[in-house]
Amino acid sequence: MYQYDQYDQAMVDARVAEFRDQVERRLAGDITEDQFKPLRLKNGLYLQLHAYMLRVAIPYGTLSSRQMRMLGDIADKYDRGYGHFTTRQNIQYNWIKLQEAPDLLADLASVEMHAIQTSGNCIRNTTADQFAGAAADELVDPRPYAELLRQWSTFHPEFDYLPRKFKIAIIGSETDRAAMKLHDIGIQLVKNDAGEIGCRFYVGGGMGRTPMIAPVIGDFVPPLQMISYLEACLRVYNRHGRRDNKYKARIKILVHEIGADEYRRQVEEEFAHILTLGLEPPPAELERIKGFFADPAFDPAAPDELDLSDPDFALWVDQNIHAHKKPGYAIVNISLKPVGGIPGDATSDQIRLMADLAKDYSFDELRVTHAQNIVLPHVRKADLYTIWQKLEEAGLANANLDLIGDIIACPGLDYCSLANARSIPVAQKISERFGDLGRQRELGELKLKISGCINACGHHHAGHIGILGVDRKGVENYQLLLGGCEGADTSLGQITGPGFNEDGIVDAVEKVTEVYLAQRAPGERFVDTFRRIGMTPFKEAIYAKETANG
Amino acid sequence: MVEQTLRFRDDEPVGDPAVTVDAFADQSNATAVRIEPGDDARALLPHLDRIALVEVNFPAYTDGRGYSAARILREHGYTGELRAVGDVLVDQLSHMRRCGFDSFAPEQPISAEAAARAFTTWPEVYQKTVDGRPAIWAKRHPA
Amino acid sequence: MKTGEIKIITGNDLRTGDVVWWTGEGWSRHVNDAVEAGEHAEAVIARENAKQIVTDTHVIDATRTAEGVRPAHIKDRIRALGPTVRLDLSLKPADPDAGTWVI
Ligand code: HEM
Ligand code: SF4
Repeated sequence: MYQYDQYDQAMVDARVAEFRDQVERRLAGDITEDQFKPLRLKNGLYLQLHAYMLRVAIPYGTLSSRQMRMLGDIADKYDRGYGHFTTRQNIQYNWIKLQEAPDLLADLASVEMHAIQTSGNCIRNTTADQFAGAAADELVDPRPYAELLRQWSTFHPEFDYLPRKFKIAIIGSETDRAAMKLHDIGIQLVKNDAGEIGCRFYVGGGMGRTPMIAPVIGDFVPPLQMISYLEACLRVYNRHGRRDNKYKARIKILVHEIGADEYRRQVEEEFAHILTLGLEPPPAELERIKGFFADPAFDPAAPDELDLSDPDFALWVDQNIHAHKKPGYAIVNISLKPVGGIPGDATSDQIRLMADLAKDYSFDELRVTHAQNIVLPHVRKADLYTIWQKLEEAGLANANLDLIGDIIACPGLDYCSLANARSIPVAQKISERFGDLGRQRELGELKLKISGCINACGHHHAGHIGILGVDRKGVENYQLLLGGCEGADTSLGQITGPGFNEDGIVDAVEKVTEVYLAQRAPGERFVDTFRRIGMTPFKEAIYAKETANG
Repeated sequence: MVEQTLRFRDDEPVGDPAVTVDAFADQSNATAVRIEPGDDARALLPHLDRIALVEVNFPAYTDGRGYSAARILREHGYTGELRAVGDVLVDQLSHMRRCGFDSFAPEQPISAEAAARAFTTWPEVYQKTVDGRPAIWAKRHPA
Repeated sequence: MKTGEIKIITGNDLRTGDVVWWTGEGWSRHVNDAVEAGEHAEAVIARENAKQIVTDTHVIDATRTAEGVRPAHIKDRIRALGPTVRLDLSLKPADPDAGTWVI
């Protein structure tokens, strides 16, 4: 894992000192809320429905056990004993006191963490493949590039007041586990026939009220020009992105309005200029960073076979374990989606337990996934059974990865001031309706994603089944979307028709799954069947006769 | 109106009123020009040698186009005065300086001490820009 | 005390972030303590803002009946109660049905 040197540490320390000063001025009444609000937002501190909410950056979703333990301790010391892992691989605390926020940031800084640029119209925390450095299908480890990106984007003076927020994701595998094409910029590290590495730039994707899949803008940018290319992409956006309408201010609208070709032309022109300026960190810097991401000391003799005689354990292995690049090792997915639970929430004890597991069994490393789960990236297969037992004891051995119970849900109206409807109760009811694991497994891979409003923080556009909360004359109402997908075959979900109330949406989801079970061809996932048979059969089933909720 | 300009240059300030980018194109003797957020700073590039002052207007601090305008001018060799005017707040000074501004005429006056403090907010910087400060990567790998 | 449709003032405690309601004399965490702000609302908000104790002050619609004060919008009812999915952290931790009040 990357480790701060004195320069990195000085930056976060300076930030804590600055924020402490700002909070003191605010509490003393020296500055007004209007003046203070942008300053606190720059430190990830929002005022939400019930209290202040703090969003902590987890750069490219990677944590050491020490950092994870600190996240648990912070939940106890400054919050109410839990945290919420988000689709952006971050963690949010819901009950922070303003007067304590500077101390909290200082505690974070003591483990090389911060809340910088987790809000505002700037370059947000970069996300990445949660299996980076471990996946069997990886071509290039994206983490060194993500770290390069983190440093470049931190306090970037030109791009702190962009037209709108800016989110970058980076991956280095053929399989896209980071919804890369649904970001403002998605970078895929690829190799050409000569084996050279290049960055493929997808620019102008996004969700929100106008979901778009990013087109390729730069096909093969040399890695040692990645920063310059980013400067070019961002500068064109900063200069020409729309500022007249906040809902049209994301880069996806610019790329869409002027067209990918024209945007590319402008970027290329700017890129040619920027290359003359020497803005790129030297190769030695990339090498230095790569040094931190070298493989841990894998045991070449780690046994590859696994005793699966315990059936519950076998189920968990089958569902939640992913292939590791080294024989004898496995990637463990810890699902934060117990039946009836709150997706992404973990108690301080659970957080600390996961920290301990990482320390003892995963070379000290954890990842946060955009599906709001936790990963132990490097686990000896021989240790899996012990780990499973410990997870089981803590309520964390949910064997539902990528199944219908593995629901992504934003905080919704229970916490979020922008929400139209609650997301979490819907997630809870659906996970209870499909509580039987056998039933979930019968349905196979089925990604269900819920947002409490059109901002789409819960990725509903990209759900095989998506649910969007809307406000229908002051009453919570839920629209159903089908056919969304992220990854290599990214597609956007289509709305089925009129919305439902809370119980109605759960019934509708169930009917949709029944249509799938009746119609699927062998080997087809839900989304494949949907693509083959289209919307009509699903619509017929869910709106048949009882249109009570229509 | 109280004019308060924080200036970080040794030369004499330009007295000429700044003209708009459009007017500038027609006036061969103008030496001061004012860029609005929607103007293309590159339109000035052919004339950099006769410009002594560029004012970049920030009608709202949240409109960050002026940062790019400033950098573009500096990257193309502009050495005259580059002044940020309008809704310029103390919290933005440091970034502005990094993008090449060397004078500031904020609507709401900023004290010299507050400005001095703002410029020392960041002990180090991660990016190479146009202010001559070495990026952290350059310090890590001295040539 | 005025019943029926009323206008009440709410905000968040600047230091703790707690949701608070204007009681005519000060701020309470309990929505039932909220009083009709009526035509004085703006003056109260201006005066209270100046004290810098409560932030994000604003007026909302509500109804007062014998049972208490019920904000007109579900968002404000959830603010008044707490997260419906964590009633243990709400203002009515002992009432398992507290959540139905917000609907
Ligand atoms: C609770 C406070 C939150 C607020 C106020 C908030 C606000 C927003 C807004 C306004 C947008 C739309 C941006 C646009 O379309 O221009 C958005 C998008 C998004 N947010 Fe949130 N959000 C919150 C929480 C979260 C959480 C908890 C997550 C992760 C679970 C999240 C992840 C995202 C994602 C993935 C998107 C869509 C991607 C994009 O277009 O940016 N947000 N958020
Ligand atoms: S989707 Fe809407 S309700 Fe959900 S967290 Fe985002 S802004 Fe809030």
